[in-house]
Amino acid sequence: MTDYIKLSHGNGGVENNELIKDVFYKAFKNEILEKSEDAALIEDGKYVFSTDSFTVTPLFFAGADIGKLAVCGTCNDLAMMGASPKYLTCSVILEEGFGMDALKKIVLSMKKELEINNAIIVSGDTKVVPRGSVDKIFINTTGIGEVIQSGISSNSISSQDVIILSRDIGCHGATIFASREGIELTSELQSDCTSLYPIVKKLIDEEIQITAMRDATRGGVNAVLNEWANQSNACLEIEEEKISISDEVMGLCELLGFEAISLANEGTFLLAVKKEYANKALEILKTFNENASIIGKVTSRHLKKVILNSSWGTQRFLDAPTGELLPRIC
Amino acid sequence: MSKLCLKELYTGFRNPEVIKSYASLIEQEAKKLLQVVNIMEVCGGHTHTIMKYGLKQLLPQNVNFIHGPGCPVCVMPKERIDHAITLAKLPDVILLTLGDMVKVPGSDGSLQDARANGADVRFVYSPTDAIKIAKENPDKKVIFFAIGFETTTPMTSALINQVINQCIDNILFHINHVTVPEPMRVLLDDETNNIDAFIGPSHVSVISGSKIYDKFARDYKKPVVVSGFEPVDVMESIYMLLKQINEKRCSVEVQYARSVNREGNLVAQKLNNAYMEKRDSFRWRGIGEIAKSALKLKDEFAYLDAEAIYADILPTKEIDDHKLCICGDILKGKANPEGCKVFGTICKPSNPLGSCMVSSEGACAAYYKYGFNLNDKL
Repeated sequence: MTDYIKLSHGNGGVENNELIKDVFYKAFKNEILEKSEDAALIEDGKYVFSTDSFTVTPLFFAGADIGKLAVCGTCNDLAMMGASPKYLTCSVILEEGFGMDALKKIVLSMKKELEINNAIIVSGDTKVVPRGSVDKIFINTTGIGEVIQSGISSNSISSQDVIILSRDIGCHGATIFASREGIELTSELQSDCTSLYPIVKKLIDEEIQITAMRDATRGGVNAVLNEWANQSNACLEIEEEKISISDEVMGLCELLGFEAISLANEGTFLLAVKKEYANKALEILKTFNENASIIGKVTSRHLKKVILNSSWGTQRFLDAPTGELLPRIC
Repeated sequence: MSKLCLKELYTGFRNPEVIKSYASLIEQEAKKLLQVVNIMEVCGGHTHTIMKYGLKQLLPQNVNFIHGPGCPVCVMPKERIDHAITLAKLPDVILLTLGDMVKVPGSDGSLQDARANGADVRFVYSPTDAIKIAKENPDKKVIFFAIGFETTTPMTSALINQVINQCIDNILFHINHVTVPEPMRVLLDDETNNIDAFIGPSHVSVISGSKIYDKFARDYKKPVVVSGFEPVDVMESIYMLLKQINEKRCSVEVQYARSVNREGNLVAQKLNNAYMEKRDSFRWRGIGEIAKSALKLKDEFAYLDAEAIYADILPTKEIDDHKLCICGDILKGKANPEGCKVFGTICKPSNPLGSCMVSSEGACAAYYKYGFNLNDKL
């Protein structure tokens, strides 16, 4: 560990996990926290509880804004535990001088997204700090959800399971990079930011037994696959060609030297289900996005590792994201 | 973007059927070889392609890759990084550089560390972004820490050109551009070298033309094929090299003909020559001093040269890598990462001891990331 915080400590990958483990888990250690799920199971597994803070530049981008993101983020973490989002809190830290119209727009986005999740904000807090103390607006949301299917855990994936991806990847990360760098795409590229509860509800209503679910936010699909391999002490073997990447995202990755599999998403998730549920689950996911796909299986070939199989017969490890996402030099 | 469809530029070159058919052509050609052939890919971009697409797994036992010195981040000695950090820590300075240069450790931390401790360090996608940053910060000095081979040099020259033409008075340059042919020659002049053929760099050759490799085929009798960066490109280039070897030919061939010609980009070359000239010598990390292997600003542009302006405060001490690190031998093609005692144990991408673990184009980082030993453990 370094003596001070670096940007890479927030990357959703290796350094981020070290920070959480060595500082926060060490101090706050308890059985619930150590499960390291998207949301904590409380009250004998009847409810789940989760929190997330949001900072993004720019605040408004193709497909969403920080308000929608703040509601989706926490509600999705609850939904990923098989829960229906119920009650949220909302804390906002505002920079002196921030535009009132922008704030109203952000709050309206939050309202719309809460309705989709059938959740309500029941408590809140606002702080205003001098110019320069925060970057425009930071939002924290914390939520409680009611579990509608229990037993979902990132720690229980086995060779009985297959891995399903809900849609094409990397749209959020690519959108943010494109708008930050002023890369003008004439295409339809927009963030995938979406509330996942309606999809999860459909899966559960159709009696799919879910082994694990996780939305692929920071660190992308790569981070989730590596976390699952680690937490479930398994080897995930993924067919690279089954991972759908839009032309726009791929093009941007080619330009900037990124890998789509490590780009952030805000409405894309991975699902592990027993083989007998795989086709039905896929069918349901395809009604929401036609790019949903069964991408891999679980083996014991290299425990705690993710292997990518290419369509020309070669293999490589998919290493967990480390460092900052930096563009290549030439 | 609407007219130039990027997809068309790469899909064909990742076609599984084409890759497989080159694998079988290579296999047939390799059967005719009399001994093991060591092919050096000079450029880190090719190292990355080979590891990322698992191309090593498609080659027969008697065709070997050895990894060359063409990773611009890897060959930068620590004292140059210390220069960057010293400049970044000056009051009212914004230090700009490209991509993963920010994470390379110098003698005491990296530019990322300097940034975490308050220095204003930014990476830019295009050097000309420096103009915008300079205009937005008229009270600050913007220093562009320029790195890279022939590929990125014209972008720096274009920036110098704009700075002069637009009379922008708050941008300075610290030039670390290096050139490809000189280290290739040094490697071949070493009598213990084990290089049989070269895969020539893609983007470097777009700028410089394929003519810069003539002497390696003519004088050193080594086949050279200038290759594109996609997996089909690399596979086709290996096939072309094996054919040359089997037909006992030594010539410079261009597989990457969609972008590379013999003379290169003359406009870019002219722009470079207008502002920059060769240094007498430059110390390459892991390799040592190489004459005429790097560029500097011409004396008439000394007023733009941070290296000259801040000469009094820039550290001059030469710093070698950790004793256990064998990056020097790796950059010379004499060792592969798995031959290093600290590879993957003490030396990892999150804690690189040597330069080859730092950049994604470094051989060690590519081996670590993509799993050189994946098949060994099956």
